Amino acid sequence: MSDIPRLRVESGRVVLSGAWTLAEMLPMLESLQSALGGLPAAGQHWDLTALTRLDSAAAVLLWRTWHGAWPASLEIGEMHRQVIVRVAELPQEMPAQPVARVHLPEFVGRLLLKAAANLRGMIALFGQLLLDGNYLLSHPRDIPWREFTANVYKAGLLALPVTALVGFLIGVTISYLSALQLKSFGAELFIVNILGISIIRELGPVLVAVLVAGRSGSAMTAQIGVMRVTEEIDALSTMGVSRSIRVVLPKILGLTVAMPLLVLWTSAVALLGGMLAALLQLDLSLVYFLENLPRAVPVANLLIGLGKGFVFGFVIALVACHFGLHVKPNTESLSANTTSAVVTAITTVILADAVFAIFTRQIGVPQL
Amino acid sequence: MSEPPVIELDGVYTSFRGHPVHRDLALRVDEGQIVGLLGGSGSGKTTLLREILGLHRPDAGMVRLFGVDLNEPDVQLQRNLRRRLGMLFQHGALFSALSVFDNIAFPLRELRCLDGDWIRRLVHLKLAMVGLGEGHGKLMPAELSGGMVKRVALARALALEPELLLLDEPTAGLDPDRSQNFVELIGDLQRELGLTVIMVTHDLNTLAGLATHVAVLADHHIIAYGTRAEIMTIDHPFVTGFFGADRRKLL
Repeated sequence: MSDIPRLRVESGRVVLSGAWTLAEMLPMLESLQSALGGLPAAGQHWDLTALTRLDSAAAVLLWRTWHGAWPASLEIGEMHRQVIVRVAELPQEMPAQPVARVHLPEFVGRLLLKAAANLRGMIALFGQLLLDGNYLLSHPRDIPWREFTANVYKAGLLALPVTALVGFLIGVTISYLSALQLKSFGAELFIVNILGISIIRELGPVLVAVLVAGRSGSAMTAQIGVMRVTEEIDALSTMGVSRSIRVVLPKILGLTVAMPLLVLWTSAVALLGGMLAALLQLDLSLVYFLENLPRAVPVANLLIGLGKGFVFGFVIALVACHFGLHVKPNTESLSANTTSAVVTAITTVILADAVFAIFTRQIGVPQL
Repeated sequence: MSEPPVIELDGVYTSFRGHPVHRDLALRVDEGQIVGLLGGSGSGKTTLLREILGLHRPDAGMVRLFGVDLNEPDVQLQRNLRRRLGMLFQHGALFSALSVFDNIAFPLRELRCLDGDWIRRLVHLKLAMVGLGEGHGKLMPAELSGGMVKRVALARALALEPELLLLDEPTAGLDPDRSQNFVELIGDLQRELGLTVIMVTHDLNTLAGLATHVAVLADHHIIAYGTRAEIMTIDHPFVTGFFGADRRKLL
């Protein structure tokens, strides 16, 4: 075990002894390498008979020292010779794997093509959903109620605490910051308008969408992705169970239904936080706040908020399922697709929000 | 100077949720032996391998590899110890994000002592050893067939020139022809590199083709350990049941 590799150089003779193995060589690798490298190129007699062990790592080292040819005079045991013969049989030149160079236009082009492919995939998935919906209308017994309710529970009910906490804190923050500004204009009463419009119409839905994309969207991608890696999706198909009806559809429908409810909940809690902050900062009573809320915020804003929740939920689930279904069976692809799913979902949600803002700009803004 | 045994287990006790898996288990494997570990499903064979690897710590008892206790706190010593053994997992456990070449090169690169050319030569050497060509190096694990996964996993297990090789079901899932090739491959490697091998297997042909010694795990401990011929004479329900009428086959 403990016989360390030794190298002795006598006049014209190189004697190797001990165990020349990777494990034994490691502590003294550099000195061994430099000692071997310092030897004159030819005319040496190599005595390897005293070796106790020789592994292929050491054989490669020797072969490189010999510049890829058997030395003129060599003494070596038959077993150890076999090890070196194996190394000698390898091709002399070992070209390094070429590193693919990436050019900028190529890079941008690939990115665009990938985006186009993803868009196409999502449209295809949407079409598949429509077909499935059509099928389920004529076969109502196949509607996956259990999976649907399970998804509403997972994406909706279990998300209540975290959305409430974040909503409450955001409500407090906005109310506090606005109160400072309004006070200096003597317009404290407008806190109701500011909080009502901003939270119900804009912040509530977007906040929930970002949270849900990170929470449920990533979970959906990872789950479908792992099911692909472990071939569970294929197992479903072999049993004649449609993966889109059983796996994708309940997720998308579940989140589409759960999101407006989450938006309602989060907006309510955020308003509560804002009201409490207003009470502490501006001495604005809760009763006054609640009485003036319907007047300051037309009900159209609530409908817009709920509509946004509906669309955002659908978008997040669609994006998540699309990326989940395109996971390749390796860990790298799983992590890359989960990241893409969350990033794409949030970006798409904000894009959709901008579209909403443009098309609803005439609706629900109180005329003073 | 007498060499310490490669593997020494003594008084190992393991339980999962109150159910004992190993009770007072003892095993001693000397250098150069090829030990076939037999046992029924759920008898704790894989757990035993994991304990030898140090992946699972038994509730009580001692596990020594090359004379070093696995509970030794010295991190450097433990790391050096790990480098002396190679493991072939049942399903390969290849890194799915790395190509075949990178999978085998990975443990070599981790040493941070070898240069690129050295690593390339070693990887190609290992690939050649398990009968794969240079072209296979570029493939990803997902593109390999079951038999090739096993070969690549074996090449990776051999990358650090281990003295102890642990095989979990090396031939499960291979067709008889491939399985025979694999047995010959491991046999050749063992003779050339002088490895100590422990393998878990259910396959009589693998056992007959490779093992010098057989250990039988039943009733929570090793009920018998000896050469193949010795095991044949054991009268225990598991042994008679396992070999059945085919007792001769093992000899």
